[in-house]
Amino acid sequence: MKLDAQIPSGPIAQKWDRYKFESKLVNPANKRKFDIIVVGSGLAGASAAASLGELGYQVKCFCFQDSPRRAHSIAAQGGINAAKNYQNDGDSVYRLFYDTIKGGDFRAREANVYRLAQVSVNIIDQCVAQGVPFAREYGGLLANRSFGGAQVSRTFYARGQTGQQLLLGAYQALCRQISAGAVKMFPRTEMLDVVVVDGAAKGIVARDLVSGEISLHAADAVVLATGGYGNVFFLSTNAKGCNVTATWRAYKKGAAFANPCYTQIHPTCIPVSGEHQSKLTLMSESLRNDGRVWVPKKKGDQRAPQDIPEGERDYYLERKYPSFGNLAPRDISSRAAKEACDDGRGVGPGGLGVYLDFADSIKRVGEDKIRERYGNLFDMYEKITGANAYRTPMRIYPAVHYAMGGTWVDYNLMSSVPGLFVLGEANFSDHGANRLGASALMQGLADGYFVAPYTIGHYLASTKPAKVATSHAEFKKAEADVTARLKRLLSINGQRTVTSLHRELGKLLWEKCGMARNAAGLKEALKRIPELREEFWKNARVPGENQSLNQALEYAGRVADFMEFAELLCTDALHRNESCGGHFRTEYQTPDGEAQRDDQNFAYVAAWEYQGDGKPPLLNKEPLVYEEVHMSTRSYK
Amino acid sequence: MNLTLKVWRQKNANNPGHFETYQARDVIEDMSFLEMLDVVNEDLIAQGQEPIAFDSDCREGICGTCSLVINGIPHGGHKGTTVCQLHMRRFHDGQTITVEPWRARAFPILRDLVCDRTAFDKIIQAGGFVSVNTGGTPDANALPVPKTDADLAMDAAACIGCGACVATCKNASAMLFVAAKVSQLALLPQGKPERERRALNMVRAMDEAGFGACTVTGACEAVCPKEVSLSFIARLNREFGRALLKGEPKKSSGGAG
Repeated sequence: MKLDAQIPSGPIAQKWDRYKFESKLVNPANKRKFDIIVVGSGLAGASAAASLGELGYQVKCFCFQDSPRRAHSIAAQGGINAAKNYQNDGDSVYRLFYDTIKGGDFRAREANVYRLAQVSVNIIDQCVAQGVPFAREYGGLLANRSFGGAQVSRTFYARGQTGQQLLLGAYQALCRQISAGAVKMFPRTEMLDVVVVDGAAKGIVARDLVSGEISLHAADAVVLATGGYGNVFFLSTNAKGCNVTATWRAYKKGAAFANPCYTQIHPTCIPVSGEHQSKLTLMSESLRNDGRVWVPKKKGDQRAPQDIPEGERDYYLERKYPSFGNLAPRDISSRAAKEACDDGRGVGPGGLGVYLDFADSIKRVGEDKIRERYGNLFDMYEKITGANAYRTPMRIYPAVHYAMGGTWVDYNLMSSVPGLFVLGEANFSDHGANRLGASALMQGLADGYFVAPYTIGHYLASTKPAKVATSHAEFKKAEADVTARLKRLLSINGQRTVTSLHRELGKLLWEKCGMARNAAGLKEALKRIPELREEFWKNARVPGENQSLNQALEYAGRVADFMEFAELLCTDALHRNESCGGHFRTEYQTPDGEAQRDDQNFAYVAAWEYQGDGKPPLLNKEPLVYEEVHMSTRSYK
Repeated sequence: MNLTLKVWRQKNANNPGHFETYQARDVIEDMSFLEMLDVVNEDLIAQGQEPIAFDSDCREGICGTCSLVINGIPHGGHKGTTVCQLHMRRFHDGQTITVEPWRARAFPILRDLVCDRTAFDKIIQAGGFVSVNTGGTPDANALPVPKTDADLAMDAAACIGCGACVATCKNASAMLFVAAKVSQLALLPQGKPERERRALNMVRAMDEAGFGACTVTGACEAVCPKEVSLSFIARLNREFGRALLKGEPKKSSGGAG
């Protein structure tokens, strides 16, 4: 496979403008002749479907939830970055670009990231015009807060529900296009395969989750905006339904999968309480603006937090990273928490927790101010743990949160299958090996509102794709494959529940391919995963039937894909003999325990190409060339 | 703790449903209600029975997917709490718990505890938006918005569209849901150009979807997991009355204006 990132020539600040001018356009009257499928209705999917509908394309949008408003973007709490420099504190497009490249540990593609920083300012304008109720100052202008990995206040927010408000803005824009007839919405419908004809994406196979009916949909371009694969770990902050199915099926149809080993472990989540745990809950990173992270200096200290005097506490982030302190980036903060717990200084049951303490801030600004800033988060914490964080410190621990890796895409956000575009968390493009806080919302909306509508138009105008009907043999073959697989799942009739198999897979990955990895552990995982997969197909029990609402069947299909995907994740982690961002290999660290990159040998995107079941995937490398930014050792000290 | 569950089982929209009794054993108080149901379902699958179908997704109280009536109260009756955030420490050993789906004509039951809430989407499609296309919008700070207005709009916008308000209302009215969106957008200058037709179209869509009338008993506010205030219904009534007095707008389609 030849990977061509299609980066426009010229100085970085002019690339996107040049691209827009040089790209071919579809005449307004011709747009209605093109059909576009959008899978997923989160920030990227809803904004893309709405924007494409506004432009005049015929759009079909699919989501597995009962309404497009429920996509998991809705759960993002803290905020969205934009280089507005409204705070007059030295921000700029260039600084946001630089921070994102550095935050990604120099493993992202410069041109994409610069474009992201450029369009970030348009996103805020767009959302305000839609009626998104961002936080404001008394003068009526927009408020900002600072977030991990940045020294400027560039984060816009709507209390602790920023993702919800941005998603509802995009959902409402989508609803407007649905009522205008420009977008046809298919809720409770899950994409189960991509159809590729003569090398180009021409449609999808979908299953109606209520009736079980399989339907075929043809289009001139297919957009996947289906989120990340964090649930491969079983426990993560993702919603229960989040899955890798769409991008995994695309991978098996020829869309290379990039950097799956770049997984983000978020430092501030509520710790696991027991075996029954079904998911983990994030406490927004914004809490680190006012909360101080600490553990006791003494190992195994069982005293209540208020009984531990100031001098016997280790505010380890402030100690190790004095210039960023509690706002150190996520990968660094998570690893530091793990180190403290591995050292026997963790707090709470099992010693898997650290304190996030608001006592000083409450003393400084008052409880009311803290309540105004984070009231809903404190309430959520109390509901889950039964503890009042105004009185006693929160107990937090890292959890799987975000996937930087994803389908490989070029500058057009098009995968290695022509006509198949991948947006948002589902692609690999902008965050390198680590994502900064408040950048996921930015990327989702940048891709959907401001990038894909241009690049898809260019694709359609320049390639003039041939129309393919759903009666084509490839559609029929894909349909037969999907139906056969569903039948097979229902006929295993073994002894173990799918949940127990998924939980076992997740535990294995968390231990061998979680916050810290090494070659020996990864090799063990790579031996165990195929065994577990075999057990799944021999011994899982999937009750019910195909022709009805069958949640067990939906879940089994997703877990079956995780069972395959997990192997690629570990293969990628094993091949990357360096530490960078969210990928920390214990063999590669500096004497003081920081990640040690190997730019000589690993400054590339690893794009894995499917070679057939049972065959090892083929590694393709896209070299990362830094023309603007000097690759330095990332330091937050 | 050990619990007895009486759970509504219904094969599909066309079949009548009934209650089935299950025993939930060794329930831990740190479990959420849905995690307790997960455990029950694991047992059912192991016994070769079909698990109980129920909706959930984010399990952190924001997506609005979960929708169970517990002992007669949507989301279980704890202030500001969705059922996914309702923890078992709220129950006691030996208790019998009734679990039902949302019940409203506009929300037909699809299976067991899963209902169809697309009627809410239809209401938003009728006008719950600001008609701006992508691009060409003014600078975000071009128009100052008083903080009090923005905060109040955010109070309304906090609605998660779960439908508990409908499920609890004796008339299955969707007024609180509609009021939240109408109020949010009417409070902000960006929503003002369309405020009349938005109110008229959304109320019409609500009526057409088969939701009942509002008699302002306030049951909706009491169960709302986001504590959306009843006063927004007063605001909706005002917006609707204002729109009636101003007369039908010349163009009333919900589409591109």
